[in-house]
Amino acid sequence: MGLVFLIQFINVSKAFDNKTLALRDVSTRIEKGEFVFLVGASGAGKSTFLRLLLKIEEPTKGHILVGNRSISRLSRRETALLRRNVGVVFQDYSLLNEMTVFENVAFALEVMGCTGREIREKVLEVLELVGLLGKRDSFPLQLSGGEQQRVAIARAIVNRPQILLADEPTGNLDPDTAWEIIELMNGINKWGTTVVMATHAAEIVDKLRKRVIVLEQGQLTRDEERGAYCREA
Amino acid sequence: MKLRTIGYYFRQAGQSMTRNLWISLAAVSTVAISVFLVGIFTLLVLNANYIVDNFEANIEIAAFVDVETPRGEVLEIQKQIQALPNVASVVLVPKEDGLLKLYGRYGEDRDLLGALGGENPLPDYFIIKVKEPERIASTADYIGQTPKVYKVDYGQQEVERWFMVSSKVRIVGSGLIILLTGAAVFLIATTVRLTVFARRKELHIMKLVGATDWFVRWPFFLEGLILGTLGALFACLGVYFGYDSFILEFAPEMSFLTLINDPVTIYSVLWKLLAGGAAVGALGSLISMQRFLKV
Repeated sequence: MGLVFLIQFINVSKAFDNKTLALRDVSTRIEKGEFVFLVGASGAGKSTFLRLLLKIEEPTKGHILVGNRSISRLSRRETALLRRNVGVVFQDYSLLNEMTVFENVAFALEVMGCTGREIREKVLEVLELVGLLGKRDSFPLQLSGGEQQRVAIARAIVNRPQILLADEPTGNLDPDTAWEIIELMNGINKWGTTVVMATHAAEIVDKLRKRVIVLEQGQLTRDEERGAYCREA
Repeated sequence: MKLRTIGYYFRQAGQSMTRNLWISLAAVSTVAISVFLVGIFTLLVLNANYIVDNFEANIEIAAFVDVETPRGEVLEIQKQIQALPNVASVVLVPKEDGLLKLYGRYGEDRDLLGALGGENPLPDYFIIKVKEPERIASTADYIGQTPKVYKVDYGQQEVERWFMVSSKVRIVGSGLIILLTGAAVFLIATTVRLTVFARRKELHIMKLVGATDWFVRWPFFLEGLILGTLGALFACLGVYFGYDSFILEFAPEMSFLTLINDPVTIYSVLWKLLAGGAAVGALGSLISMQRFLKV
């Protein structure tokens, strides 16, 4: 049996305003269950990579396959279904401040039309997993940054997606809190979810020794198993 | 669609309306004023049509026959006229009846008629109803050329004036109704856009976690529908009581015009206004949020 590639980028380029090339001819494959760091300077194309995967942006050239299906041909409805299978976490948490922790997580299930009981069960389960069961009735602004990011992760995985994308999830956090978040994501990966994380945090990348994909000015310049943030001599 | 989801849509719509109470009130009054004006113009146009229809139904030609014509020949002429294509009916009013009417009209002063010395100076004449009022002029001309008929009369100028006035009212009224409806859609779109804008982050996140377009749209659709219906409801009450008091106040003074006063017609106008207001609300809110779905 051959390898199952969950995500494939085939000669993908993305231009903004017909001149700025955010990605140039990027090709890569990510297997089911992998943990991949996407590293590179600001503006190297990491966010564009993730946004293309979520179909927030369309590639200018090339194809992106998720589960052997080209996502550029998806209808708007199919796009919605794709996103239910791809959880996403941002640097700024993107929580709704007027909703409680419980409601923020439940939101992702409401969208799918789950029943009230189903929602309650799944939300409490995932809040326990991220260690925030006791704070379910708090509002995001009453929580620390690390706690807010854990709420965001809970929202991203409550539907048990196959893929979890994270765009600088530790960018606003102090090192200790950042580690808690990374450990949480590592745990999620161990239960079978494919994780793609864009990050600047060299010490995290170096310590975890996972696959590293490096983008420089939109080009894929390095792809190593058990890699480090910087090229090793 | 699941029942729970429908409940969710209504809760969301309700929440949005109460959170943005002032914007909602602005939307309701916008719709109320526009629908009220549309209602007034609709009734104006309908009444213009109604008056013309009435007028057309009562329109008739009087054709007068030379006084000396013997009765037998008069009946012969009646048959000829009856045979014309646009003629619906021909009634002969004999000179004797004409005299009796005259007596009736003079009442107390009927002695004056004694001066006629027992002679009847009145002609026989026909009252002719036509099938198509639009062609009354040519029919009247044709009858006027019949031998022994010395005069036809159908209130020519009056008829033409009415056709002109009513067609103007129809055109101007319809134009205003279209303009006002457009303005109402635009205004409610602008108003709802404010509430959508306030929630753009929420909509963005909804799309990211996999909400379908319609899942995002439904609450706004309902919100627009509810605000539109409420506004139209106020407008309908205004139109109903306004028109009612107008009829009570002015109808007796304008007995020469018959205005629409049957409940069936008025209720059907009100129903259409209500449905129109609801549609305008829903449409306006869908238009205003389309931009925020592009994720």
